[in-house]
Amino acid sequence: MNSKISNRIAIATLYVIASTIVVILAALLGYIIISGLPAISWHFLTSPARAFTSGGGIGIQLFNSFYLLILTMIISFPIALGAGIYLNEYAKQNWVTSLVRTSIEILSSLPSVVVGLFGFLIFVVQFGFGFSILSGAFALTFFNLPLLTRSIEEALAAVPDEQREGGLALGLSKWETVLHIIVPAALPTILTGVILSAGRIFGEAAALIFTAGQSAPALNFTDWNPFNISSPLNPMRPAETLAVHIWKINSEGIMPDAKAISSGSSAVLVISVLGFNLLARFVGHRLFKRLTAG
Amino acid sequence: MTKLLETRDLHVYYGQNEALKGINLSFDEGGITALIGPSGSSKSTYLRTLNRMNDLIPNVTITGEIKFRDQDIYASQTDLVTLRKEIGMVFQQPNPFPFSIYDNVAFGLKLAGEKDREHLDQVVETSLKQAAVWDEVKDHLHESALSLSGGQQQRVCIARVLAVSPQIILLDEPTSALDPISSSQIESTLLKLRTDYTIITVTHNLQQASRISDRTVFFMNGEVIEADDTRKIFMNPAHKETEDYISGRFG
Repeated sequence: MNSKISNRIAIATLYVIASTIVVILAALLGYIIISGLPAISWHFLTSPARAFTSGGGIGIQLFNSFYLLILTMIISFPIALGAGIYLNEYAKQNWVTSLVRTSIEILSSLPSVVVGLFGFLIFVVQFGFGFSILSGAFALTFFNLPLLTRSIEEALAAVPDEQREGGLALGLSKWETVLHIIVPAALPTILTGVILSAGRIFGEAAALIFTAGQSAPALNFTDWNPFNISSPLNPMRPAETLAVHIWKINSEGIMPDAKAISSGSSAVLVISVLGFNLLARFVGHRLFKRLTAG
Repeated sequence: MTKLLETRDLHVYYGQNEALKGINLSFDEGGITALIGPSGSSKSTYLRTLNRMNDLIPNVTITGEIKFRDQDIYASQTDLVTLRKEIGMVFQQPNPFPFSIYDNVAFGLKLAGEKDREHLDQVVETSLKQAAVWDEVKDHLHESALSLSGGQQQRVCIARVLAVSPQIILLDEPTSALDPISSSQIESTLLKLRTDYTIITVTHNLQQASRISDRTVFFMNGEVIEADDTRKIFMNPAHKETEDYISGRFG
């Protein structure tokens, strides 16, 4: 067989593989969205769920998902930023660094259900946080930290060394150079990483079943005092998220319209995650343009 | 009269490898000194020891003496911040920060705690004028410096150094990443600055060295072969190696 023919075969095979992936993705998304779209309405998105009768919505679950996401980001972003800066700017090539890197890799490969059970033991039981948003946020931090750290580290590594030299040559200390030059320069890429990991957090269910709980008590959306039990902002209340809700309806839902609610919720979830991805591209692109071309 | 900057028996080692083999050189105030020599002759290494940029490299050992205004810059009490304000540096690759042109030039002062807006405006304008780039950027000072051309970026980098009013400006092949027109603009900028600042530039471009420098130092294999008046070096070099190099027989 001559090289021309084998080249053609290779290209054709790669085309087939690539298009298979696209077709699978398109079919999956198409099915979820088409079957879920009819169930989505303003009423569906804003009203609380009903356990036994039809006509319930996902308002509280949707709010819980966003609130949990924000809390998780508030906890995990500073840690990931610090770890990323340390690993890329300060860490020497020695056994401590490789231990840290290996730990991060292992942490990122832990099954999320294990992370959830661990969170249950530590936060729910040991620390006495109960099934709460806070327990869920800590569990999701474990889940989120490795990938976020990795993406921040890569964003910092992509900043050319000339920028570091420029800062040092102006008399800045290493820390000032990192703080005032390197982090701002890496910001568009860091932000993209944050938004992409937000998509992953938003869709996570297994780690939350045992930490944030499987119930969504009624919330009073006029009470914004975080210490009141019915306040949406109370971090100590159990909070079923959208992804957990989907799992729960499908395993034990007894409302007559369970199937429609499940499809509708799935569509909302998928659209939200897609939205995060598009937002990541858009924001990263815009920020990059602003920084490079005025 | 004491010299502005002086190095005595300066040795630099990267691990076991001796990069500079005892350099004795001194620089008077003002004028342009060009450091020339083939690749690997350690002229950039020499330049980078002058403001202690080589401190960052792991495994580097520096022995000997570098005196700036009679102060040993490698003494433990030397404040690196002050030193690098006095001895500024411009790099081969233009490296403006990803901020606006204004913020790039004002950066050093702002970080030193200068808050007076009028004074900052004043310094930014003067520095950009000195760097001969003011006319091109004055209408978009608040746009990103990364949107400028390479040559403009390099002149903004020069302005950034000038803004903190250094005594000495070190340039590490400042034009080798630029097109000929931008290069000649940088050269004329340097010629304007030579009365007010002491300029030391590394260059691979021999024509450039002969055009702009008052004094030329020829480096080879980590040693200074010859250091003299530029005219003398190019017209009538004392050493055979120098003659071979400038006539293009090697390097």
